[in-house]
Amino acid sequence: MAERLEITLTVNGEQVTREVPVRLTLADFLRHELELTGTHLGCEHGVCGACTILLDGKTARSCLLLAVQTDGMSVDTVEGMADNGALTPLQQAFIDNHGLQCGFCTPGMLATLTELLDTIADPSEQEVREWLSGNICRCTGYQGIVDAALAAAKALRGESPAGV
Amino acid sequence: MKPPPFSYHRPESLPQALDFLATLDDPKILAGGQSLMPMMNFRYVMPANIIDINRVAELSTVEETGGALRIGAMARQRDLELSDLVRQRCPLLHEALLNVGHVQTRNRGTIGGSLSHLDPAAEMPAVLHAHDATLHAASKRGTRDIAMADWSQGFMTPNLEPDEILTAITIPCWPSGHGYGFVEFARRHGDFAMAGAAVLLTVDAGGKIGRAAVAVTGVDNGPVRLPETEAALIGQTPSPDLFESAAEHAASVPGIEDVHATKEYRRKLAVVMTKRALGQAFDRAKSGGA
Repeated sequence: MAERLEITLTVNGEQVTREVPVRLTLADFLRHELELTGTHLGCEHGVCGACTILLDGKTARSCLLLAVQTDGMSVDTVEGMADNGALTPLQQAFIDNHGLQCGFCTPGMLATLTELLDTIADPSEQEVREWLSGNICRCTGYQGIVDAALAAAKALRGESPAGV
Repeated sequence: MKPPPFSYHRPESLPQALDFLATLDDPKILAGGQSLMPMMNFRYVMPANIIDINRVAELSTVEETGGALRIGAMARQRDLELSDLVRQRCPLLHEALLNVGHVQTRNRGTIGGSLSHLDPAAEMPAVLHAHDATLHAASKRGTRDIAMADWSQGFMTPNLEPDEILTAITIPCWPSGHGYGFVEFARRHGDFAMAGAAVLLTVDAGGKIGRAAVAVTGVDNGPVRLPETEAALIGQTPSPDLFESAAEHAASVPGIEDVHATKEYRRKLAVVMTKRALGQAFDRAKSGGA
């Protein structure tokens, strides 16, 4: 069949159509074709979690997907999170709780925690840590990230972010 | 690290997929991509033709048939983890799935992919081995059933012909109230385990162990059943001492060695994991056949 294919997908709410080589990964499609460089590439074999995006609302490693596989699907990246510059409660909680140092792992962390907060409104610290086991932070700033996730969950439940 | 060039094929039905597999040169099936894609990125494998079966809907069904669960090979690990049917009828599978990679990889990874890739430390093969599962394969030539005991043919080598696709797995369910345990030892939650154990057991009305099935993973080339451990348990009254002595048989598995652990260490871990999984299973078993 094909070595290049035309695909149409929705990225951060906007429909895009491109002809791409079939071997192009979704991560490289986002970064090189769409210039959405917020999605970071660390290990390129599915271990580090930096390239985690939301595919039809669920997290996936964009380095382990071919762009052509996402034809007709919906992809959300870190660029699509803030609404006209207004940060999401999760993004705000990262700032308030020192949830990032160098920032390299942050887009993947945000993707993972977005799905967590969509799935579990009141996660325990243990649940947050298990979900985060698929994202590596080499600054080792996990405590701030866990705090941010718990604070964001609180904020999304309409409770005041006590202690912040 | 980018995958080398290949041609891409996206069948929408099983017959179409089997046609591609029978006619294309050097084909490889792409399921959830959580093992094949890393291997292609590393260029460990460089298939000429990729057959992407993610849009073959008939391969993803999960149903209960005659005391067994029939699970399509393309059922996603995360969907199975969240399935009420799996949790009720095959709780060991649910328990083990929580240790398969991470949510982000389980969202894509499939049960058939785990079985076909057959990593020595994978959880799914051990669970299915304990359950005496049957695997169903299809090719242009017809269909074939393979007992889980015959599935592993050596290191990462499933009992699958080049023109065959694993289509479904049938898992005989254990009676309600049975005990189940899954324990593994890994450096990080979700990493491949250095050793893990899957246990099923029943406790009869007299408080004795009626049935027992024990399998370990991560210790040898493929999943290993422990018939001596099982024989040491059946008909006995459960106790920590019994579990300890029965688990000792796990030390007789030949064992593999790599950068993560020596074979001696793996065997030792296998004993401890088996003992813990037995304790977990017993704690969950309701005596008297609930």
